[in-house]
Amino acid sequence: MRPVGVEEIESLAIGAWILGTGGGGSPYLALLNMRQLYRQGVVCRLMDADELADDDLVAVVSNMGAPLVGQERLTDPKTMALAVTMMEEYLGRKFRAVMSLEIGGGNSIQPFMAAAVLDLPVIDGDCMGRAFPEAQMTSFAIHDLRMYPLTLADVRDNAVVVARAASWKWMERISRKACVEVGSIASTCKAPRTGKEIKDCAILGSTTKAIGIGRAVQAARRAHRDPIDAVLEVAAGVKIFSGKIHDIARRTTEGFLRGTAAVEGLDDYRGHAFSLAFQNEFAVGWLDGMPRVMTPDLICVLDTVSGDAIGTETLRYGQRVTVIALPAPPILLTPKGIEHVGPRAFGYDLDFRSVFA
Amino acid sequence: MRRRIGIDVGGTNTDAVLLEEDAVTASVKTPTTPDVTTGITRALAGLVERAPGAREAEAAMIGTTHFTNAVVQRRDLGRVAAVRIGLPSGASLPPFVDWPEDLAELVRAEVVMLEGGHEFDGRPLVPFDARGMRAAARRIREARIQSVAIAAVFSPLNAAGEEEAAAIVQEECPGVAVTLSHRLGRIGLLERENAALLNACLIELARKTTRAFTEALRASGIAAPLYLTQNDGTVMLAEVAESYPVYSFASGPTNSMRGAAFLSKRDEALVVDVGGTTTDIGSLRHGFPREANNVVEIGGVRTLFRMPDLLSMGLGGGTRVLAPDLGTASALTIGPASVGYRLTEQALVFGGDVLTVTDVAVAAGLIDLGDRKRVASLPAKLVEAALTRIRAMIEEGVDRMKTDAGEAPLIAVGGGSFLVPPRLAGVSEVLNVPHQAVANAVGAAIAQVSGEVDQIFQDLSRDEAIARARRAAEDKAVAAGADRATINVVEVEDLPLAYLPGNSLRTRVRVVGEIARHA
Repeated sequence: MRPVGVEEIESLAIGAWILGTGGGGSPYLALLNMRQLYRQGVVCRLMDADELADDDLVAVVSNMGAPLVGQERLTDPKTMALAVTMMEEYLGRKFRAVMSLEIGGGNSIQPFMAAAVLDLPVIDGDCMGRAFPEAQMTSFAIHDLRMYPLTLADVRDNAVVVARAASWKWMERISRKACVEVGSIASTCKAPRTGKEIKDCAILGSTTKAIGIGRAVQAARRAHRDPIDAVLEVAAGVKIFSGKIHDIARRTTEGFLRGTAAVEGLDDYRGHAFSLAFQNEFAVGWLDGMPRVMTPDLICVLDTVSGDAIGTETLRYGQRVTVIALPAPPILLTPKGIEHVGPRAFGYDLDFRSVFA
Repeated sequence: MRRRIGIDVGGTNTDAVLLEEDAVTASVKTPTTPDVTTGITRALAGLVERAPGAREAEAAMIGTTHFTNAVVQRRDLGRVAAVRIGLPSGASLPPFVDWPEDLAELVRAEVVMLEGGHEFDGRPLVPFDARGMRAAARRIREARIQSVAIAAVFSPLNAAGEEEAAAIVQEECPGVAVTLSHRLGRIGLLERENAALLNACLIELARKTTRAFTEALRASGIAAPLYLTQNDGTVMLAEVAESYPVYSFASGPTNSMRGAAFLSKRDEALVVDVGGTTTDIGSLRHGFPREANNVVEIGGVRTLFRMPDLLSMGLGGGTRVLAPDLGTASALTIGPASVGYRLTEQALVFGGDVLTVTDVAVAAGLIDLGDRKRVASLPAKLVEAALTRIRAMIEEGVDRMKTDAGEAPLIAVGGGSFLVPPRLAGVSEVLNVPHQAVANAVGAAIAQVSGEVDQIFQDLSRDEAIARARRAAEDKAVAAGADRATINVVEVEDLPLAYLPGNSLRTRVRVVGEIARHA
C-alpha cells in the first residue's frame, strides 16, 4: 500500500482517458473533484491486490450512464460514496477497499472520489482493462462470478438495490432501466468481491499502467516529442490511421451513445478513408470499407498534435485525429472473452481478428 | 466600387486599411494608445488623408484583441455574480472551480447555486427554485453587482430555467447585464458556464469600447456601419457584438491569417505574425486558420470556443533584449517582456534607453527605423547572437506547428515581419507580400458574412434535415449580404431529441460567404 500523489492522479486522468477508447466519460471532472479533495488535505492510497486477505470485501464502484450526461450533471464525491455505504448497509459488512469497474475514462478516478470520502484504499486494478458499455463486459463476468447485488444511488435521494438477477444481461437491463429513469447518470456499487476473487479474476495493475501512459504523454510534451509515439512505445500499440473527421452521426438510445464517425486520410493516409462505429466506446474501425481493428483490441482516437484522447461525445467535424490500437488484456482474448466483448457482442457479424495477432 | 475599411487594434499598433475591390489602396499604422480610441481616430484620419474615398466606404470592420488582452492581463474586468441552476447535482464543483485563483478573485463577486435544471430528455431535474433566485437577485442588487452570468444544467436542450432566472434578475436588478450560457455554448456545463462568466466580466468593457469605436468612426466622417470581426473570420454588427465580447476573442489572429492568405493568394501555408509583443504561428488550410482540436484556454480558463490553433511566443518588435555583458553577448536573453506600445519612446533608436529587438534589427540593417546612429555602438557579436536566437525561436515554433516533416511555405506578416529571416529550416520559401505589416487590418476588411440555423426538424431523415437547415442558413447569409456563389458550410451538428414525439433531430448548420458586390 502506498500514498498516491496528486500529480499521479493528473497522469492517471490522461492515461485513463486514452484507455477509455472513446468512452468511460472524460476524467476531467473527476480530476477537478480530486484536486479539490487534495487541496483539503486528502491523500488516497493505492493497494496491491496481494495485500488483500482472501475473505476481505472489495467494493467495485462506477459512475453509470451516458458520457454526455456526465458533462452536465456533475457527480460529486458524496454521491459516489453513497452507493458504497448503501451496499455496506445491505450486506451488514464493511469493505476493505474500493476498486474501479473500468480503468478507461472517468471511472478510473471515481473510486478515488469514493475512497477519499470513505477513507479506504483503492485497489490497483479493474475488471475491464479499458472501458466497455455494458455490465457483462467484465473479467468477472467472463469468469462467471455472481453479478448481484448491486446498489445504485441518484443525487435526488433515489436509491435502488438490485438484490438478484438471473444473468449478467438481466443485471445490465434492470440496472440500465433504473439508471435511465434517474437521468442516465447514477453512482453504482457493483456485486461485492472477495479478496480471492480480486486476486484470481480482476485485471491487476491497470491503475499503475494508466498512470504510466499518462506520465509518458506528459514527458513527451515537455520534451516536444510526439506524444502519440510515446503512447505506442509505453503501451506496445500500433498506429492505424491519421486524418480529419469529416462526418459524425450520433444517437442516444437506451442510455447509450451510438453512432459512426468518418475520417478522411491526411499525410501518409491521404486518399484513404477510415470509419469508426461506437457504442459509448469505439467498437470497430474500417479502412477503405474493410474491417481493420475491432473490440476487444483497444481503439483509441487521439488528437494528432497533443496526444489527448478524444471521446465519442467530443468528436467534432474538422478535428485532426490519429487512430491507434492497444493490446487488450489476455482474459478478453479467450474464446469466452470474445463471446462477451468481441465484435458480435456489439452487433457486428465479424470474426475477431486482433491487429496484434 | 466596393470599398471597405479594415481596422486592427493590437497591443502595440493600430492599423487601418482601405480595400477597394480586391486591392489595398491605402494603409496606416499608428501606435495603439492607452485609451484605444485616440489611436483609431489617428489611424482613420491618416487613412482619409491618403484616400478621401475612405469616407464613402460601405462597411468598416474592426478586429481587436482588446477583450482577450483584458482577461490575459487581468485588467478592466467587471465583477460578476455567477448563478448556477442544477442542484442537487454538481454541488462539489461550483462556478469558477477551474479558474486560476487570481482571476477568480478579481471576477467572483457572488456565487449562487440553486435547485433546477433539466434532464437530457427534457424533464426537469428538480423544480426550479424561483424563490431562491429572487432572494439572490436582491443580494445582487444590494451588492451593486452589475453583471450576472446564468448557467443551468442542460440549458442548450431546454433554456426555460435560464430564461426564468433572467426574468427574475431583470425584475429585481434593472439595468444589470445578464449573460445566459445557452446563447454561448453547447453541452458541457463547466465550459459553457466559463464562457458565460468570461462574457459577463467583459460586457461593460465591451460596451464602452464598442461605443468608443463607433464614435471614432463618426468623428472621422465615416458613415459606414461598424462591424466587429468574430473568432471565425465573420462579422457581427457592432450593436449586437457589444453583448458578446467572447465571440471576438480570437479575431486578431484569425484576421492576420485570413489577411495573409488574401495578400499572398496562398490557401495552404504556415503563417508567422510578428507583432510588437508576440509572434503567433498558425497554419492555413483552404484559406482558413486550422482550428485547435481541444478545449481552448483563455487566460487559463477552459472554454469550448473554436479558435485558430496557434503557437504564441514572446517575441516581437518591442521585445526586450537583456545582455548583462554587452561585449561577449553571454547570458543573452530575449523577452518575454516587451515595451509594447511604448516602443517609440523607449527603444534605443527612438531615443529611449531600453534595448529591444527592433534596435537589434536596425543595427543589423534589417530595417531602417528611428535614429540608426543610436545603435551604431552595439557590438556586432551581440547583434549576431540576438539574431541567431530569434531565428532559432521562429524555426522551433514553425516546426512545432507543422503536421508533417515536409517543407512548407511560410507567409510572414505583422509589423515585425522584418525579423523573419529569408531562409529557415523546414520552410520551402518565406513569402513577403505587399502590405504584410497590416495583414490583420486586411483580414478584417475581407471578413465574411455568416448564416446560422439551429432548428428542430421532425420526421425527416438526417440527410434531409441537414439539407433543409443548410438551405435556410444560406438564405440567411444571403439576406445578410453574402454572395450565394461563395457560400461554404463551416459547421454541421445534429443531436437527436429522444423526448419529443416523432423522430426529432436538432440540427445546427453554419455557413459563411463573401460579402456580395454591389452593382
